[in-house]
Amino acid sequence: MPGMMKKRKREGGEIPTASMADIAFLLLIFFLVTTTIDVDTGIGMVLPPKLEDDVQPPPIKERNVLKILVNETGMVLVEDLPSSTRLVREEVKKHILNEGADPRYAETASRALVSIKTARQTPYDAYVGVLDEVWMAYFEMWDAEARKLGYPDYVTYAATVASEDGENQIREKIKAAISIAEPDKQ
Amino acid sequence: MASSHFKKKTSTKQEIPTASLPDIIFMLLIFFMVTTVLRETTVQVRTLLPQAEALTKIDQKRLVSYVYVGPKKLDGNRLGDTGVQIDDAVVEDLGSVRTIMYRKLVEQPKLIVSLKVDQTSEMGIVLDVQQEFREAGTLRINYSSRREVVL
Repeated sequence: MPGMMKKRKREGGEIPTASMADIAFLLLIFFLVTTTIDVDTGIGMVLPPKLEDDVQPPPIKERNVLKILVNETGMVLVEDLPSSTRLVREEVKKHILNEGADPRYAETASRALVSIKTARQTPYDAYVGVLDEVWMAYFEMWDAEARKLGYPDYVTYAATVASEDGENQIREKIKAAISIAEPDKQ
Repeated sequence: MASSHFKKKTSTKQEIPTASLPDIIFMLLIFFMVTTVLRETTVQVRTLLPQAEALTKIDQKRLVSYVYVGPKKLDGNRLGDTGVQIDDAVVEDLGSVRTIMYRKLVEQPKLIVSLKVDQTSEMGIVLDVQQEFREAGTLRINYSSRREVVL
Protein backbone atom coordinates (compact mmCIF):
# COMPACT_ATOMS: atom_id res chain seq x y z
CA MET A 1 0.00 0.00 0.00
CA PRO A 2 2.59 2.61 0.89
CA GLY A 3 4.50 1.62 -2.22
CA MET A 4 1.53 2.44 -4.41
CA MET A 5 1.26 5.89 -2.90
CA LYS A 6 4.83 6.53 -3.77
CA LYS A 7 4.32 5.46 -7.33
CA ARG A 8 1.42 7.86 -7.81
CA LYS A 9 3.41 10.75 -6.48
CA ARG A 10 6.22 10.07 -8.87
CA GLU A 11 3.90 9.99 -11.88
CA GLY A 12 2.50 13.41 -11.02
CA GLY A 13 -1.31 13.18 -11.31
CA GLU A 14 -1.85 16.80 -12.46
CA ILE A 15 -4.56 17.82 -14.87
CA PRO A 16 -3.05 19.42 -17.94
CA THR A 17 -3.87 23.12 -17.74
CA ALA A 18 -2.41 24.23 -21.06
CA SER A 19 -5.80 24.06 -22.78
CA MET A 20 -7.64 25.93 -20.02
CA ALA A 21 -7.13 29.22 -21.85
CA ASP A 22 -8.56 27.77 -25.05
CA ILE A 23 -11.61 26.49 -23.23
CA ALA A 24 -12.14 29.88 -21.65
CA PHE A 25 -11.80 31.57 -25.03
CA LEU A 26 -14.30 29.19 -26.55
CA LEU A 27 -16.74 30.04 -23.75
CA LEU A 28 -16.10 33.74 -24.30
CA ILE A 29 -16.71 33.46 -28.04
CA PHE A 30 -19.84 31.38 -27.44
CA PHE A 31 -21.33 34.03 -25.18
CA LEU A 32 -20.25 36.84 -27.49
CA VAL A 33 -22.07 35.20 -30.37
CA THR A 34 -25.22 34.25 -28.49
CA THR A 35 -25.72 37.54 -26.64
CA THR A 36 -27.99 39.93 -28.49
CA ILE A 37 -28.06 43.56 -27.53
CA ASP A 38 -31.63 44.67 -28.06
CA VAL A 39 -31.94 46.86 -31.13
CA ASP A 40 -34.30 49.78 -31.06
CA THR A 41 -37.18 49.39 -33.44
CA GLY A 42 -39.80 51.90 -34.36
CA ILE A 43 -41.59 53.79 -37.08
CA GLY A 44 -39.31 56.39 -38.63
CA MET A 45 -40.65 59.78 -39.64
CA VAL A 46 -39.18 63.03 -40.82
CA LEU A 47 -40.94 66.12 -39.55
CA PRO A 48 -41.46 69.03 -41.95
CA PRO A 49 -39.07 71.92 -41.33
CA LYS A 50 -40.34 74.96 -39.51
CA LEU A 51 -42.17 77.33 -41.82
CA GLU A 52 -41.10 80.94 -41.90
CA ASP A 53 -43.97 83.31 -41.21
CA ASP A 54 -44.00 84.92 -44.65
CA VAL A 55 -43.64 81.66 -46.59
CA GLN A 56 -46.85 79.90 -47.48
CA PRO A 57 -46.87 76.09 -47.74
CA PRO A 58 -46.92 74.92 -51.38
CA PRO A 59 -50.41 74.51 -52.83
CA ILE A 60 -51.65 70.93 -53.01
CA LYS A 61 -54.64 69.73 -54.95
CA GLU A 62 -57.41 68.49 -52.73
CA ARG A 63 -57.86 65.21 -54.61
CA ASN A 64 -54.20 64.22 -54.17
CA VAL A 65 -54.54 64.21 -50.41
CA LEU A 66 -56.02 61.22 -48.63
CA LYS A 67 -57.34 62.62 -45.40
CA ILE A 68 -57.37 60.25 -42.46
CA LEU A 69 -58.85 61.48 -39.22
CA VAL A 70 -58.51 59.68 -35.90
CA ASN A 71 -60.83 60.94 -33.21
CA GLU A 72 -60.76 60.90 -29.40
CA THR A 73 -62.08 57.36 -29.11
CA GLY A 74 -59.76 55.98 -31.79
CA MET A 75 -62.40 55.84 -34.53
CA VAL A 76 -61.19 56.46 -38.05
CA LEU A 77 -62.57 58.62 -40.85
CA VAL A 78 -61.08 58.26 -44.32
CA GLU A 79 -62.06 61.07 -46.70
CA ASP A 80 -64.89 61.97 -44.30
CA LEU A 81 -66.35 58.48 -44.46
CA PRO A 82 -66.40 56.17 -41.44
CA SER A 83 -63.73 53.51 -41.70
CA SER A 84 -61.53 51.48 -39.40
CA THR A 85 -57.82 50.99 -38.78
CA ARG A 86 -57.85 47.67 -40.63
CA LEU A 87 -59.29 49.24 -43.80
CA VAL A 88 -56.73 52.05 -43.95
CA ARG A 89 -54.11 49.96 -45.74
CA GLU A 90 -56.38 49.17 -48.71
CA GLU A 91 -57.61 52.77 -48.89
CA VAL A 92 -54.05 54.09 -49.05
CA LYS A 93 -53.15 51.62 -51.80
CA LYS A 94 -56.26 52.53 -53.79
CA HIS A 95 -55.44 56.21 -53.39
CA ILE A 96 -51.83 55.97 -54.53
CA LEU A 97 -52.23 53.41 -57.32
CA ASN A 98 -55.30 55.21 -58.68
CA GLU A 99 -53.45 57.00 -61.53
CA GLY A 100 -56.35 59.34 -62.21
CA ALA A 101 -59.01 56.67 -62.62
CA ASP A 102 -61.26 57.53 -59.68
CA PRO A 103 -61.84 61.28 -59.13
CA ARG A 104 -61.89 60.78 -55.37
CA TYR A 105 -58.32 59.48 -55.31
CA ALA A 106 -54.93 60.79 -56.45
CA GLU A 107 -53.92 61.80 -59.98
CA THR A 108 -50.50 60.14 -59.96
CA ALA A 109 -48.55 58.13 -57.43
CA SER A 110 -45.78 60.72 -57.24
CA ARG A 111 -48.22 63.50 -56.36
CA ALA A 112 -50.20 61.47 -53.83
CA LEU A 113 -50.16 62.52 -50.20
CA VAL A 114 -51.51 60.91 -47.06
CA SER A 115 -52.53 63.20 -44.26
CA ILE A 116 -53.14 61.91 -40.75
CA LYS A 117 -55.00 64.20 -38.44
CA THR A 118 -55.75 63.53 -34.82
CA ALA A 119 -57.56 65.31 -32.04
CA ARG A 120 -55.59 66.39 -28.99
CA GLN A 121 -57.28 63.68 -26.91
CA THR A 122 -56.62 60.86 -29.40
CA PRO A 123 -54.82 58.00 -27.65
CA TYR A 124 -51.27 57.52 -28.93
CA ASP A 125 -51.70 53.85 -29.79
CA ALA A 126 -54.68 54.60 -32.06
CA TYR A 127 -52.49 57.09 -33.95
CA VAL A 128 -49.57 54.66 -34.18
CA GLY A 129 -51.96 51.93 -35.34
CA VAL A 130 -53.14 54.07 -38.27
CA LEU A 131 -49.63 55.30 -39.08
CA ASP A 132 -48.44 51.70 -39.05
CA GLU A 133 -51.13 50.71 -41.56
CA VAL A 134 -50.17 53.58 -43.86
CA TRP A 135 -46.52 52.53 -43.74
CA MET A 136 -47.46 48.91 -44.35
CA ALA A 137 -49.37 50.01 -47.44
CA TYR A 138 -46.22 51.72 -48.72
CA PHE A 139 -44.05 48.70 -47.88
CA GLU A 140 -46.41 46.37 -49.72
CA MET A 141 -46.55 48.62 -52.78
CA TRP A 142 -42.75 48.87 -52.84
CA ASP A 143 -42.47 45.10 -52.53
CA ALA A 144 -44.87 44.66 -55.45
CA GLU A 145 -42.85 47.11 -57.57
CA ALA A 146 -39.62 45.32 -56.70
CA ARG A 147 -41.12 41.98 -57.72
CA LYS A 148 -42.10 43.51 -61.07
CA LEU A 149 -38.43 44.38 -61.58
CA GLY A 150 -37.40 40.83 -60.75
CA TYR A 151 -36.25 41.19 -57.17
CA PRO A 152 -37.61 39.05 -54.34
CA ASP A 153 -38.55 42.07 -52.23
CA TYR A 154 -38.00 45.81 -51.83
CA VAL A 155 -35.23 45.47 -49.23
CA THR A 156 -33.12 43.46 -51.68
CA TYR A 157 -33.81 45.99 -54.43
CA ALA A 158 -32.88 48.95 -52.23
CA ALA A 159 -29.66 47.26 -51.12
CA THR A 160 -28.71 46.45 -54.73
CA VAL A 161 -29.39 50.00 -55.88
CA ALA A 162 -27.47 51.47 -52.95
CA SER A 163 -24.44 49.27 -53.63
CA GLU A 164 -24.44 50.26 -57.31
CA ASP A 165 -24.92 53.98 -56.56
CA GLY A 166 -27.98 53.89 -58.77
CA GLU A 167 -31.24 55.73 -58.47
CA ASN A 168 -33.96 54.14 -56.42
CA GLN A 169 -36.70 54.20 -59.04
CA ILE A 170 -39.35 52.70 -56.81
CA ARG A 171 -38.98 55.46 -54.25
CA GLU A 172 -38.99 57.94 -57.12
CA LYS A 173 -42.27 56.53 -58.37
CA ILE A 174 -44.00 56.01 -55.03
CA LYS A 175 -42.80 58.53 -52.52
CA ALA A 176 -43.69 58.04 -48.90
CA ALA A 177 -45.48 61.31 -48.33
CA ILE A 178 -47.18 61.23 -44.96
CA SER A 179 -48.13 64.46 -43.32
CA ILE A 180 -49.12 64.83 -39.70
CA ALA A 181 -51.70 67.55 -39.55
CA GLU A 182 -52.17 69.90 -36.62
CA PRO A 183 -55.39 69.35 -34.70
CA ASP A 184 -58.08 71.98 -34.93
CA LYS A 185 -57.86 74.72 -32.34
CA GLN A 186 -60.53 74.23 -29.74
CA MET B 1 36.35 35.53 -11.35
CA ALA B 2 34.34 37.75 -13.58
CA SER B 3 34.52 35.42 -16.58
CA SER B 4 33.36 32.42 -14.61
CA HIS B 5 30.43 34.43 -13.30
CA PHE B 6 29.27 35.33 -16.81
CA LYS B 7 29.62 31.78 -18.05
CA LYS B 8 27.36 30.58 -15.31
CA LYS B 9 24.65 33.03 -16.33
CA THR B 10 24.56 32.03 -19.98
CA SER B 11 24.21 28.42 -19.09
CA THR B 12 20.92 29.01 -17.29
CA LYS B 13 17.69 29.54 -19.23
CA GLN B 14 16.74 33.20 -19.38
CA GLU B 15 13.11 32.85 -20.53
CA ILE B 16 10.29 34.45 -18.60
CA PRO B 17 7.63 31.86 -17.83
CA THR B 18 4.64 32.67 -20.05
CA ALA B 19 2.31 29.98 -18.80
CA SER B 20 0.46 32.36 -16.49
CA LEU B 21 0.05 35.09 -19.11
CA PRO B 22 -3.49 34.07 -20.09
CA ASP B 23 -4.44 34.11 -16.44
CA ILE B 24 -3.15 37.62 -16.09
CA ILE B 25 -5.11 38.70 -19.16
CA PHE B 26 -8.25 37.09 -17.78
CA MET B 27 -7.73 38.80 -14.47
CA LEU B 28 -7.51 42.14 -16.28
CA LEU B 29 -10.57 41.31 -18.36
CA ILE B 30 -12.60 40.37 -15.32
CA PHE B 31 -11.39 43.43 -13.45
CA PHE B 32 -12.56 45.76 -16.20
CA MET B 33 -15.83 43.86 -16.65
CA VAL B 34 -16.60 44.24 -12.98
CA THR B 35 -15.59 47.87 -12.69
CA THR B 36 -17.27 49.11 -15.89
CA VAL B 37 -20.65 50.66 -15.23
CA LEU B 38 -22.97 51.04 -18.20
CA ARG B 39 -24.62 54.41 -18.05
CA GLU B 40 -28.30 53.88 -17.82
CA THR B 41 -31.01 56.46 -17.40
CA THR B 42 -33.70 55.84 -14.86
CA VAL B 43 -36.97 56.41 -16.62
CA GLN B 44 -39.28 58.37 -14.36
CA VAL B 45 -42.33 58.03 -16.58
CA ARG B 46 -44.09 54.85 -17.63
CA THR B 47 -43.48 54.00 -21.26
CA LEU B 48 -45.52 51.03 -22.32
CA LEU B 49 -44.78 51.13 -26.04
CA PRO B 50 -47.44 50.59 -28.70
CA GLN B 51 -47.26 47.63 -31.07
CA ALA B 52 -46.60 48.06 -34.77
CA GLU B 53 -45.80 46.05 -37.88
CA ALA B 54 -43.94 48.48 -40.16
CA LEU B 55 -40.83 48.66 -38.03
CA THR B 56 -37.40 49.85 -38.98
CA LYS B 57 -34.28 49.25 -36.96
CA ILE B 58 -32.03 52.04 -35.78
CA ASP B 59 -28.57 50.73 -36.51
CA GLN B 60 -26.48 53.66 -35.39
CA LYS B 61 -27.10 53.83 -31.70
CA ARG B 62 -24.79 56.76 -31.11
CA LEU B 63 -27.02 59.00 -33.23
CA VAL B 64 -30.04 58.31 -31.09
CA SER B 65 -31.35 60.50 -28.33
CA TYR B 66 -34.33 59.38 -26.29
CA VAL B 67 -37.36 61.36 -25.27
CA TYR B 68 -39.84 59.69 -22.96
CA VAL B 69 -43.49 60.68 -22.72
CA GLY B 70 -45.89 59.01 -20.33
CA PRO B 71 -47.60 59.14 -16.97
CA LYS B 72 -45.16 59.95 -14.15
CA LYS B 73 -44.31 57.09 -11.84
CA LEU B 74 -45.23 57.99 -8.27
CA ASP B 75 -44.60 56.21 -4.97
CA GLY B 76 -46.59 53.08 -4.33
CA ASN B 77 -47.21 52.06 -7.94
CA ARG B 78 -49.40 55.04 -8.64
CA LEU B 79 -49.26 57.01 -11.84
CA GLY B 80 -49.40 60.77 -12.05
CA ASP B 81 -50.15 63.08 -14.94
CA THR B 82 -48.25 62.93 -18.21
CA GLY B 83 -44.64 64.08 -18.16
CA VAL B 84 -41.88 64.48 -20.71
CA GLN B 85 -38.44 63.20 -19.82
CA ILE B 86 -35.22 63.93 -21.69
CA ASP B 87 -32.05 62.25 -20.39
CA ASP B 88 -32.36 62.06 -16.62
CA ALA B 89 -34.80 64.80 -15.82
CA VAL B 90 -38.48 65.37 -16.34
CA VAL B 91 -38.97 68.57 -18.32
CA GLU B 92 -41.36 70.81 -16.41
CA ASP B 93 -41.77 73.51 -19.04
CA LEU B 94 -42.37 72.19 -22.57
CA GLY B 95 -40.92 75.40 -24.00
CA SER B 96 -37.45 74.36 -22.82
CA VAL B 97 -37.54 71.24 -25.01
CA ARG B 98 -36.41 73.22 -28.04
CA THR B 99 -33.28 74.53 -26.29
CA ILE B 100 -32.33 71.08 -25.01
CA MET B 101 -32.89 69.49 -28.41
CA TYR B 102 -31.08 72.29 -30.23
CA ARG B 103 -27.98 71.74 -28.06
CA LYS B 104 -28.13 68.04 -28.83
CA LEU B 105 -28.42 68.77 -32.54
CA VAL B 106 -25.33 71.00 -32.43
CA GLU B 107 -23.41 68.16 -30.80
CA GLN B 108 -24.70 65.54 -33.23
CA PRO B 109 -25.98 66.98 -36.53
CA LYS B 110 -27.35 63.61 -37.68
CA LEU B 111 -29.44 63.22 -34.55
CA ILE B 112 -32.37 60.81 -34.54
CA VAL B 113 -34.86 61.35 -31.75
CA SER B 114 -36.47 58.17 -30.52
CA LEU B 115 -39.84 58.95 -29.03
CA LYS B 116 -40.73 56.44 -26.37
CA VAL B 117 -44.34 57.30 -25.78
CA ASP B 118 -46.73 55.42 -23.54
CA GLN B 119 -49.61 53.97 -25.51
CA THR B 120 -52.21 55.63 -23.30
CA SER B 121 -50.78 59.12 -23.75
CA GLU B 122 -52.82 61.66 -25.61
CA MET B 123 -51.73 63.00 -28.97
CA GLY B 124 -51.86 66.59 -27.73
CA ILE B 125 -48.63 66.36 -25.76
CA VAL B 126 -46.92 64.34 -28.52
CA LEU B 127 -47.80 67.00 -31.08
CA ASP B 128 -46.61 69.76 -28.74
CA VAL B 129 -43.28 67.96 -28.30
CA GLN B 130 -43.03 67.49 -32.08
CA GLN B 131 -43.69 71.18 -32.60
CA GLU B 132 -40.77 71.89 -30.26
CA PHE B 133 -38.60 69.51 -32.30
CA ARG B 134 -39.46 71.45 -35.44
CA GLU B 135 -38.43 74.66 -33.71
CA ALA B 136 -35.15 73.05 -32.69
CA GLY B 137 -34.60 71.52 -36.11
CA THR B 138 -34.41 67.91 -34.94
CA LEU B 139 -36.59 66.56 -37.71
CA ARG B 140 -35.66 62.90 -37.81
CA ILE B 141 -37.82 61.10 -35.30
CA ASN B 142 -38.73 57.52 -34.60
CA TYR B 143 -41.86 56.33 -32.84
CA SER B 144 -40.42 53.53 -30.77
CA SER B 145 -42.70 50.49 -30.87
CA ARG B 146 -42.68 46.80 -30.15
CA ARG B 147 -43.15 44.13 -32.79
CA GLU B 148 -46.77 43.25 -33.19
CA VAL B 149 -47.66 39.79 -31.96
CA VAL B 150 -49.96 38.26 -34.53
CA LEU B 151 -52.31 35.76 -32.96
